[in-house]
Amino acid sequence: MAGAAAIAVGEAGSLRRPRGIALPAVIFAVFALLPAFAALTAQHYLVDTGTRIVVFAVAAVALDLLVGYGGLISFGQAAFIGLGAYAVGILSASGIGDALISLPVAIAVSILFAWITGIVCIRTKGVYFIMITLAFGQMVYFLATSLAPYGGDNGLTIDARNTIAGWQVLKNDTAFYYFALLCLLASYLLCRALIVSRFGRVLRGVKENATRMATIGFTVQRFQLIAYVIAGGIGGVSGFLLANSTEFVAPAYMAWQQSGELIVMVILGGVGTLDGAIFGSAVYLLAEEWLSGMTENWQVIFGPFLVLVVLFARGGLIGLSTRLWHRFSHG
Amino acid sequence: MTATLFLVQVLNGLQLGVLLFLIAAGLTLVFGVMDFINLAHGVQYMLGAYLAVAFYGLVGNFLFALILALLASLGFGLLLEFLVFRHLYERDHLDQVIATFGIILFLNHAVRMIWGAAPLNLPMPEALTGTVLLAPGQLYPVWRLVIITAGIGVAGGLYVLVTHTRIGMLVRAGATNARMVSALGVNIKQLFMIVFGFGTMLAGFAGVMIAPIISVEPGMGTNILILAFVVIVIGGIGSIRGAFVAALLIGLVDTLGRSFSIDVLHLVMAPSPARTVGPAAASILIYVLMAIVLYLRPAGLFPARGR
Amino acid sequence: MIKCTPMLAVTAACALLTSVAHADDLKVGFISTLSGPPAVLGGQARNGFQLAVKDLNGKLGGVNTQVFVADDELKPDVAVTKVKALIDRDKVDFVVGPIFSNILGAIEKPVTEAGVFLISPNAGSSAFAGKDCNKNFFVTSYQNDQVHEVLGQYAQDSGMKKVIIVVPNYQAGKDAAAGFKHKFTGEILDEIYVPLGQLDYSAELSRIAAAKPDAVFGFIPGGMGVNFVKQYRQAGLADKITFLSAFTVDESTLPAQQDAALGMLAGSNWAPNLDTPQNKKFVEEYLKEYNAIPATYAFQAYDAAMLIDSAVKAVNGKLGDKDALRAALKKADFKSLRGAFKFNNNHYPIQNFYLTKVAKRADGKYETEIVKTVFTNFGDSYAKDCPMK
Repeated sequence: MAGAAAIAVGEAGSLRRPRGIALPAVIFAVFALLPAFAALTAQHYLVDTGTRIVVFAVAAVALDLLVGYGGLISFGQAAFIGLGAYAVGILSASGIGDALISLPVAIAVSILFAWITGIVCIRTKGVYFIMITLAFGQMVYFLATSLAPYGGDNGLTIDARNTIAGWQVLKNDTAFYYFALLCLLASYLLCRALIVSRFGRVLRGVKENATRMATIGFTVQRFQLIAYVIAGGIGGVSGFLLANSTEFVAPAYMAWQQSGELIVMVILGGVGTLDGAIFGSAVYLLAEEWLSGMTENWQVIFGPFLVLVVLFARGGLIGLSTRLWHRFSHG
Repeated sequence: MTATLFLVQVLNGLQLGVLLFLIAAGLTLVFGVMDFINLAHGVQYMLGAYLAVAFYGLVGNFLFALILALLASLGFGLLLEFLVFRHLYERDHLDQVIATFGIILFLNHAVRMIWGAAPLNLPMPEALTGTVLLAPGQLYPVWRLVIITAGIGVAGGLYVLVTHTRIGMLVRAGATNARMVSALGVNIKQLFMIVFGFGTMLAGFAGVMIAPIISVEPGMGTNILILAFVVIVIGGIGSIRGAFVAALLIGLVDTLGRSFSIDVLHLVMAPSPARTVGPAAASILIYVLMAIVLYLRPAGLFPARGR
Repeated sequence: MIKCTPMLAVTAACALLTSVAHADDLKVGFISTLSGPPAVLGGQARNGFQLAVKDLNGKLGGVNTQVFVADDELKPDVAVTKVKALIDRDKVDFVVGPIFSNILGAIEKPVTEAGVFLISPNAGSSAFAGKDCNKNFFVTSYQNDQVHEVLGQYAQDSGMKKVIIVVPNYQAGKDAAAGFKHKFTGEILDEIYVPLGQLDYSAELSRIAAAKPDAVFGFIPGGMGVNFVKQYRQAGLADKITFLSAFTVDESTLPAQQDAALGMLAGSNWAPNLDTPQNKKFVEEYLKEYNAIPATYAFQAYDAAMLIDSAVKAVNGKLGDKDALRAALKKADFKSLRGAFKFNNNHYPIQNFYLTKVAKRADGKYETEIVKTVFTNFGDSYAKDCPMK
């Protein structure tokens, strides 16, 4: 009974507090133990896969902040990944290869772009917002393809991963994996702290009913803009990590299809849960790798799977498993 | 840059605009009346082209292939509506985006599995394969003129349908306030189905008309879908008039931008950078236009709903 | 609690199962674009490679061969992940691929730095032909510029004075324009860069008609090329302005272009009607197996397999001896479908280049046919910057 009520409240919207620490603790524990597992089973490439998941999870978590808690469906998150990645690439090509410079620059560029474009975007709502964020993403994409000195469409190879204060720590794949995981943890904790703070409560209130919040006296657009900028900055971190993990940057990183995939990851996991963003990234990328290994036409299977998740699994996979869990444990 | 070239480019822009209108019309209606974001509209356009190719292989006549393809598009669209979309009307936009995205993935690949990845050809009717002499040295394909005429014809027909028939009135009312229309006793489910089916047919029609000019291949609907969304956003969701104006505007801006961007840039920079910046600038132009329109009118030029 | 773990466990189980293979097998990772419109090209390359393996009864160099096929989805980051999986999980000895230059840019470093040999059956960017050439990187196709130089030379030799260039606005397109201009010294009336993926060329064709050049040089690959050629013919330009192209009217696009492309001239290092006995056999087999005429992507992938076969044979199957294997690869002691073949010091081929023309075969299919040889034993212009001997 109580369980059912809890679920009902839980699904009512984003006004609930983020779930307890059990689920995220488990998720991060699994991630932390991955390299050990990989070493035991001599499957080194699992660390590569894990790194890829963590990198995109960073961007997905930020996107969930916007979509799930702010009600702002951004189709331009990939642009920030691209900006962060190109910051690393361009600095590296100019001889600057230290993370102490690259990371802040990546974040700064993303924040700046988010601020400028956000001023235009936040004025719109609904599908207009989707389209304008997509438009800005496209602009950055075409800009990148015209950067002939940085490879244009071919992309740019980075000589080596960033050093940290001169130390070549990130060269080792496992070390890099933990560094990325640390970034994910930091982003996750930041977003979680934001959501339970006053800022977060206002944001969620705006998502529920913007008019009411405006009437109470909050400058709705200012809060939305700040959320947009924060999400952009974290996206830049994701880009920094992506460039370093693949040692390559290309305009393809900011294609609108990539933004679309991020949205899918967030929804698949369960929008408005933050944990869902991480979980959704893992499921999406693992499914992509696993299925594409089985058949060339894996999208024929994955497409309907997405449709089914939407139709029957409200709240994404996390929502689905919570319901199953409650059903089995509460009889 | 001569006057003739400019005129021809305007004609080209109109042709693109008319094509965009055919696709955007269905999209904006579905969005306006049912508040349903249908990303899969692009694959409906692609499917129209593929079905026409398939039927042409069977009957060998373009007109019959066109009619059969339209009917098949309609049937398939209604099937999708029944199986999937119907359950999504009450859901929020996010769920609709994901579900229709899943359908895109599925159909793009299913089409590839059935017809192969190689581009396919749809021959146009023999009589219309020629060119017309517009000006000395400038031959213009007859088929493009056919597309422009067909598109304007459909636009005219839609206008009459929407403003002078009962169904049209219901559609306009539904675009303004669907719940009220339902409360007034209209079978809203049936209305939705009609709107959806019609929109599908329009997209399929666009696909068949353009197929003789461009190759039919998997994923051909994706790029034009983005343009169509730009059109309906600029035009205003739910407004056919807005879609028409915006489609022509986008068609002209894109075509003229592509053809003359480099010449314009030549005025301010050296030829070599102008050549690489020009195309990028031309591609960005539409998005800049959309950003400006949305900045000034956040709900588009002719929004249907009184918000 | 148990949400993530099943997924990981299943993945791990799958991975373990697939890695149960004979340790002394030869393992080749084949990476190309197998999704989206460019899948036609990737598919042709894969078909060509697998046909070769079949012809050799599943043994390259006498060693049982396992081929792992991966799809890079034309995304550089996906390509890097897949290639790393091929190396770390599947323990491949060779990576054959990719089709596209931007993917090559992404995977060249991870593959070569891991000590695995990378053999490209198509992408031949200048980036790795000069000072960044790599001892573990080999190309069985050509250096991208070379094919465009064929047409530049032809235009120059036939006395053409005014040419318009049409290419997509990405690196390969820019390289194409540059390659053409290496050999053509006449007047370039206009260089038109079209956005990648553009399908309707009404604007560009009107511009061309208004400018009245002697010829149009185009590098418009894949679906883009299908559309351009069809529309070129529809606009009445095909009979008025000569169309010279590279990779625009080839066997991957001809099935869609059909009559629209008849008589058009192109440049290539090969054509299905190239007169060597091994080529005749290859074209017949490919036609029988895949019901299509092979294009350069297929034959170059076939040659890549034959190259590996010759090298492995030369070291008697001792795949561990990388230096010997490398030397054997460099020797290229195999019968290429194109006839004369050897590597330049930068591991790009030295070969003949031809002017080809589109024709309709007796069986109704379309192919390119050799008109004349334009370059003999032609090496690329970047080899001199490569420090390798």
